[in-house]
Amino acid sequence: MTAHTFIDGAPETGPAVTPIKPRHQTAHVEVAGQWTLIWHKFARNKLALASGIVIIVMALIGLFAEFLAPALPDASRPQFTNAPPQQLRFFVTNEDGTSSFQPHVTGYTMEVDQASLRRTYVADESVVVPVGFFVQGPAYKMWGFIPTDRHLLGPINASDTMYLLGTDRLGRDLLSRVIYGTRISMSIGLLGVIISLCLGVTLGSLAGFYGGIVDTLIARVIEVISSMPTIPLWLGLAAAIPLTWSPLTVYFVITLIVSLFGWTGLAREVRGRFYSLRGEDFVTAAKLDGSSERRVIFRHILPSLTSHILAVVTLALPTMIVAETALSFLGIGLKAPIVSWGVLLQEAQNVRTIANAPWQLVWPAGAVVITVLAYNFLGDGMRDAADPYES
Amino acid sequence: MPQYILKRVLYMIPTLFGLSLIAFMIIQLPPGDYVTSMIASMQDSGANVDPRQVERLREIYGFNDPIWLQYLKWIGGILTRGDFGYSFEWNRPVADLIWERMGSTLAISVAALLFVWAVALPIGIYSAVRRHSVGDYVFTFIGFIGLAVPNFILALALMYMSYRYFGQSVGGLFSPEYVDAPWSWGKFVDLLAHLWIPIIVIGTSGTAAMIRVIRANLSDELRKPYVITAKAKGLPEHKVVIKYPLRIALNPFVSAIGWVLPELVSGVTITAIVLNLPTAGPLLLRALISQDMYLAGSFILLMGVLTLVGMLISDLLLALLDPRIRFT
Repeated sequence: MTAHTFIDGAPETGPAVTPIKPRHQTAHVEVAGQWTLIWHKFARNKLALASGIVIIVMALIGLFAEFLAPALPDASRPQFTNAPPQQLRFFVTNEDGTSSFQPHVTGYTMEVDQASLRRTYVADESVVVPVGFFVQGPAYKMWGFIPTDRHLLGPINASDTMYLLGTDRLGRDLLSRVIYGTRISMSIGLLGVIISLCLGVTLGSLAGFYGGIVDTLIARVIEVISSMPTIPLWLGLAAAIPLTWSPLTVYFVITLIVSLFGWTGLAREVRGRFYSLRGEDFVTAAKLDGSSERRVIFRHILPSLTSHILAVVTLALPTMIVAETALSFLGIGLKAPIVSWGVLLQEAQNVRTIANAPWQLVWPAGAVVITVLAYNFLGDGMRDAADPYES
Repeated sequence: MPQYILKRVLYMIPTLFGLSLIAFMIIQLPPGDYVTSMIASMQDSGANVDPRQVERLREIYGFNDPIWLQYLKWIGGILTRGDFGYSFEWNRPVADLIWERMGSTLAISVAALLFVWAVALPIGIYSAVRRHSVGDYVFTFIGFIGLAVPNFILALALMYMSYRYFGQSVGGLFSPEYVDAPWSWGKFVDLLAHLWIPIIVIGTSGTAAMIRVIRANLSDELRKPYVITAKAKGLPEHKVVIKYPLRIALNPFVSAIGWVLPELVSGVTITAIVLNLPTAGPLLLRALISQDMYLAGSFILLMGVLTLVGMLISDLLLALLDPRIRFT
């Protein structure tokens, strides 16, 4: 602010009242870039922030699945089929009545029902299975190339049992399977969204930038695809996958199928934004400066959409995860030996299984629901934060 | 208005064409054709297959024609004779198999749509009028859960709960003793006792989405000056809300059929498979697994047509409600 000079020549020395707010704080907001502003707004939304943390934790679980899982996902113990979850406890009571720190789980006793010959397991408080951190367990290769046998948590004696979430009908540790499933389910969503992103952004920007016949054509395609019930279509495409293909190929094809119908929402969003930005001054200026069409699209328009695209992508992710889960659940998506949440849920398909071993439904379903919820909250928060006009 | 209807119906033709192309593509996707698998099963059972007979079969079924001719024959048969092809697994024309199943699919979808409307409207109004109240937060929370829980997981959970706490036979639309019984009051009551699970399962996510739409639209509308004027003049609150703002906020309610219906039909498919309802879903899955492709393709085509017709109806209703649409 320039100093005012009064007519009688007396210079103004300063404001009559000292401003209450320190000056530098406002300056901080004024000079903050777009991303800083978005981040400030986003951080105010505690739910979205917490959801973001949940997603990061999930991603880390998927990334370090081998180390976090106490057992291998396919290691089965036929003597412990459909065993209920064991509870993790930290203190044991010694014979003299004092208690000491010793992480442990309580063991099982097996009872055979003479009429049905079905085995049931009951937690036996007297049997203590000591467990520890960073224990040696079954050997594995971290990310497929670092051979090791350390596990974050596991029974100290490798022949003991520790089934924190119970076992399935073949006596496989459900906790380990859910952890390994996290890797597949989270990555399939991410991969699918990347494919949708490429399709959606390319087609959406083409339609929005050029308008005319290109726009009409692409808009029609979007309309056809989004007016169709997705599950029958996914079923139709997934059922055509030959049974002889390797699990890895199936994984990629399923990702492709899931993303093939997921790009329309993104394309519509990008198209709408392009429409409104096409006439903006900075686009006209860039055109007058002689920028090529490619430069205008990628250098000038798309960067101003990034935050919106990120939000839409985050909201599209849960759809992909649910799609994969649904397909695998119906038995035409991913199949064993691949472990995903959907594959785990496939085991819990009928009422009898659920009634006998509810944990087989609860944990994989819980993982799906928590992830989908977290993505939704995160995406909502990002969308609100990215919108500069709404406070 | 007639002009608008004509335009809207004409617009549907390319969409229908695209839909039929996708359905036909799904029919053609699996490697090999029905004759190949028939020969394989004949050879398995030790029968000697004459190559000339194979050729003749291919000729009869039209598998030797170029792909576009096969498409034309297929779509021509549907349009002119209502002939959807032949189900090789059931050894019957597809048309015999699908109508009953599509009827129940339609019935359950419509019932779910009514459920969505009936539940979403009062809750949406309440949430918009009493924004940020405890009730609003509770409904928002339930709504988010409804959006996040996939249909089939909800179906499994409800199935388990009704088995555990009510001891009710779940799955299907009727108890065993009523399946083949003629219609009676008892059968109707039995139907209702079974119907609530699928309706809730299918309708929940749509309801949650719809509540958000109404809440957003109505609260935008309630902030407008004319509402404030009406309030200032002393109009009672229920009149202020219902007389004008609600009417305007209802437009997206009607147009929502367009995006809720595909979701509902999708939901019916997977829920029906889990709960074993006699709709198109389980038959579609079975047809896909056994690669009975004409049956599967017809189901996919008809489900698409069902949603398209629903969208047409919603657009026409909207035009009827909102004159701004039909004059632009």
